[in-house]
Amino acid sequence: MTRYILKRLGVALIVLFGITVIDFFIMTLAGNPVEILSGGPKVSEAMLAQRAENLGLNKPVYVQYVNWLNAVLHGDFGYSYKTYEPVSQMIRARLAPTLILMGTSLALSLVIAVSAGIYAAVHRRSAGDYAVVTGAFLGQSVPQFFLALVLIAVFSVNLGWLPSSGIRKLGSAGSGVQFRYLILPCLVLAFGMAGSNIRYIRSAMLEILNKDYLRTARGKGLGRTLVIWKHALRNALIPIITVIGMEIPGLFGGSIIIEQMFGWQGLGLMTMNAILGRDYPVIMAMCLISAVVVLAANLITDILYAVADPTVRLE
Amino acid sequence: MEESYIRSVARRFSYHKAGMVSLAVVILIAAAALLAPVIAPYGYEDIVGGISQPPGPGHLLGTDGIGRDMFSRLLYGTRTSLFVGLAATLLSTAVGVVLGLVAGYFGGIWDMILMRFTDMVMSFPYILLVLVASVIFKPGMWNIILILGFVDWTGVARLVRGNVLAVKDENYVQAARLAGMPRRHLLFSEILPNVIAPVLVFATSVMALSILDEAALSFLGMGVQPPDPSLGNLLNGAQSLTVLGSMPWLWLAPGLTIVLLVVCVNFVGDALRDAVDPTTMR
Repeated sequence: MTRYILKRLGVALIVLFGITVIDFFIMTLAGNPVEILSGGPKVSEAMLAQRAENLGLNKPVYVQYVNWLNAVLHGDFGYSYKTYEPVSQMIRARLAPTLILMGTSLALSLVIAVSAGIYAAVHRRSAGDYAVVTGAFLGQSVPQFFLALVLIAVFSVNLGWLPSSGIRKLGSAGSGVQFRYLILPCLVLAFGMAGSNIRYIRSAMLEILNKDYLRTARGKGLGRTLVIWKHALRNALIPIITVIGMEIPGLFGGSIIIEQMFGWQGLGLMTMNAILGRDYPVIMAMCLISAVVVLAANLITDILYAVADPTVRLE
Repeated sequence: MEESYIRSVARRFSYHKAGMVSLAVVILIAAAALLAPVIAPYGYEDIVGGISQPPGPGHLLGTDGIGRDMFSRLLYGTRTSLFVGLAATLLSTAVGVVLGLVAGYFGGIWDMILMRFTDMVMSFPYILLVLVASVIFKPGMWNIILILGFVDWTGVARLVRGNVLAVKDENYVQAARLAGMPRRHLLFSEILPNVIAPVLVFATSVMALSILDEAALSFLGMGVQPPDPSLGNLLNGAQSLTVLGSMPWLWLAPGLTIVLLVVCVNFVGDALRDAVDPTTMR
């Protein structure tokens, strides 16, 4: 087991190294940030050169890469080109709203996907099953931004029930996220994720329900509810773990667009602004962090897999 | 033999009611998009009416903020979005098939390098990669196609690699190899036909995803650039709360078109999956 984990960890580290290289070179390919930084005719050549030197941009690319990597390993992502704040500080300030949004939507989508998926599998070919599968298709096919527009139009603009933007009432005491503000973005994110996972859970459950040990359990005269809750659900743990692992990258991507649309002051909005403003240190930090999270999620999924299912071969 | 396989797939496909209806809808939408210059009452750039007129006779879906006919723009926009979706899918499928074939067939170091590279691309949240790329390269229709095409090949590559590994050691491939057939023949005539069916099924989901991504990018202003319409940038106006609340014709129709199109493509893919592989459990 330890060997298996170490091996997976080694592979993940190699992939991570590759990601830092790709990450860095895409950014240098993007053009010279000094020009973008100080566009405008009043800036003299000498000032630009001075600026480039201060930022270390006049050195060869590979030297810049090594310097950057070295700094990153020490937890230093550099300074934002726009706000001159340290990037790590910017990230820390916006982490909580994003974690709250991602956490609640992940939990909500899991509740929806697991219950609907199991219901559909147990009541296979019933009207309820078809309704669930159709709903799942819809969830998969509606662009998140369009769903967000519809919800804002209905609940914020026309009914006036829920706020359409921000994480809290302006001027209210405290600094946390307010629940009313969380509802709409959380619903949008959860709906899309649940849509793509219901069918996965359903087919995994169908497979489990057809296994011999379940037939045996039924044959022994155990009631349907007991069979499903005690025997089948335990085995459904593996597909559920898989689903969580698969949702992590989507969560990051989804939160970029959704945070932008709902003015949710988290990492996604920060990333979007950085992308629009070509704020490279911020973009690179976010690419790297999301890649680390995705890799870690994959790694943990693999390990949990091996724990939950002893038949997984540990090469 | 080949004919009867295709015929049996078609037969099984035709049993799938939702799939058949969806196929009809997709064909209808595609035809309308293709015939946009004939059907559309006005050109997509022509200012032909009052500003932000609600739907009525003369303008089926109303007019936009500068007096262009929304129905005509919707038709042309669908045309652009379908084209982007199709082209990006073709490109990413081609890239994925080639990389998957190489990794699966040659194995060893090539497999290692290609699959680790696939892992790397997959570890970037997809939309982040697309967004970053769309800022680096100037936004526009062809660049969107290239970006989506070169980002979304990872699933196909893995699928093809897995299938190649499964059939590589089958007797008929071994026989062809022992008979001294050139590698080209082994790869393209013996192995590739066996992986086409799953790739085709997978490609439908790539297509659905590409249409969604084009829409999102264009909506954010990083995709197809106005005045050229696409299903995504037609929704641009909805970023203002007045438009969102009181002028639904400016954004509801293009949004619903995207949903309808993607739902139908997904259903077609689902029916195709069942038709190609009758053993899957439903």
